[in-house]
Amino acid sequence: MARILIPTPLRQFVDKLDTVEAGGSTVGEVLLHLVDKYPNLKKNLYSDEGKLRSFVNVYVNDEDIRYTGKEKTPVTDADVVSIVPSIAGGKNA
Amino acid sequence: MPEVTLSNEEILRYSRHLILPEVGMEGQLKLKAAKVLLVGTGGLGAPLALYLTAAGIGRIGLVDFDVVDATNLQRQVIHGTKDVGKPKIDSAIESMNDINPNVIVDRHEVALTSENALEIIKDYDYVVDGTDNFPTRYLVNDACVLLGKPNVYGSIFRFEGQSTIFATEGGPCYRCLYPEPPPPGLVPSCAEGGVLGILPGIIGLIQATETVKLILGIGTPLIGRLMLYDALNMKFRELKLRRNPECPICGDQPTIKELIDYQEFCGIPQHAPEPVPVTGDISVVELKQRLDKGDKFQFIDVREPHEWQICRIPGTTLVPLGELPKRLSELDPNSEIVVHCKSGGRSGKAVDLLKQNGFVNARNVVGGILAWADQVDKSVPKY
Repeated sequence: MARILIPTPLRQFVDKLDTVEAGGSTVGEVLLHLVDKYPNLKKNLYSDEGKLRSFVNVYVNDEDIRYTGKEKTPVTDADVVSIVPSIAGGKNA
Repeated sequence: MPEVTLSNEEILRYSRHLILPEVGMEGQLKLKAAKVLLVGTGGLGAPLALYLTAAGIGRIGLVDFDVVDATNLQRQVIHGTKDVGKPKIDSAIESMNDINPNVIVDRHEVALTSENALEIIKDYDYVVDGTDNFPTRYLVNDACVLLGKPNVYGSIFRFEGQSTIFATEGGPCYRCLYPEPPPPGLVPSCAEGGVLGILPGIIGLIQATETVKLILGIGTPLIGRLMLYDALNMKFRELKLRRNPECPICGDQPTIKELIDYQEFCGIPQHAPEPVPVTGDISVVELKQRLDKGDKFQFIDVREPHEWQICRIPGTTLVPLGELPKRLSELDPNSEIVVHCKSGGRSGKAVDLLKQNGFVNARNVVGGILAWADQVDKSVPKY
């Protein structure tokens, strides 16, 4: 099972955990297992068409999956998958 | 470049830089010759302005049109208690002049817009974005790419921050990292989500450090690397960041060649419609009258438990919005339900949810507990 690091804005959908484990041999499989386990997370990661949202980036270790085969990027148990959404703490001035 | 020199007062002031071989006289003169634009003097901008001023940047431009509010003081350390109600730009300039009167501070007391951004930014060498909202972030990014000005970026959320440098020659830009902003409402702001007051200090000073390094030309700049900081676990992590050859603004075939409408790009309505009172809404004054008369209704507070600890209206039952769907069975669909939150947003969602589930007699308290504190009970603290 790969370790998935959950960023603060999404922890409310995964029982407030900062790390979750999910199985799979590719990023796509791991993320599908993740949203199966935590269905409320789904709309925050995927658009209605089932594509990863463009303001959520996914990394395997320190590599952006957009440059390593997207959701087909292989994942092993030793890998850390990071979900990194865009954040903005300030007000909409 | 005009000849830059240091006075004896400046030599003494910058002594600890001058005896540092990596800075020295040459570096200090580079700092004095540098022109840096700070967009915003809030959480990130406050430490940035303080330290860049102390470091002896020659010219610092400030862009801000906001007013100091009491809730800013927990983190915006450039402003003091005496400054509440003053324009932030005045309060910031006062602090900066006190720290280092050698620094020339330019005031741009305006909102940065697509109309003025290029004109304001073009006179500076580096831009540091301390505004931390999506429309301004994309605006600053695009303007910096178009003008070829490095953009030192920082962003914060609750206990986490990000920082990197965008728009250097051949380097990535914010659109390479995130091609599109999230729709409004999906990501809460500090005002809604809260923020550890120290966090913008850490992230702002990462931005300040990188700005000074760029000016001095020392070390390894934070280019092509996204720094992530997690205060709760006290961890720094680094992710690889590449220029996207297909980026619409900095890619090989850019499609964006001028500034666009960033409010629209970020899905924010041009003129926020006045909240229209929906049938069934109840004002805090009417609510008070009905409570005084002894009217019977179910009175629900949908805020979070930590907000309930700050203040509450007597007689309410706490059902946080997130728990409401599984706790509907606790409510009686045949009797009236009055719902409040902090300012009316979450309770509006709760009323919608209740009505969809057959609780037809659900009513939203307009303005929430903040309106209650203003109009009914001034002893209730506002937060």
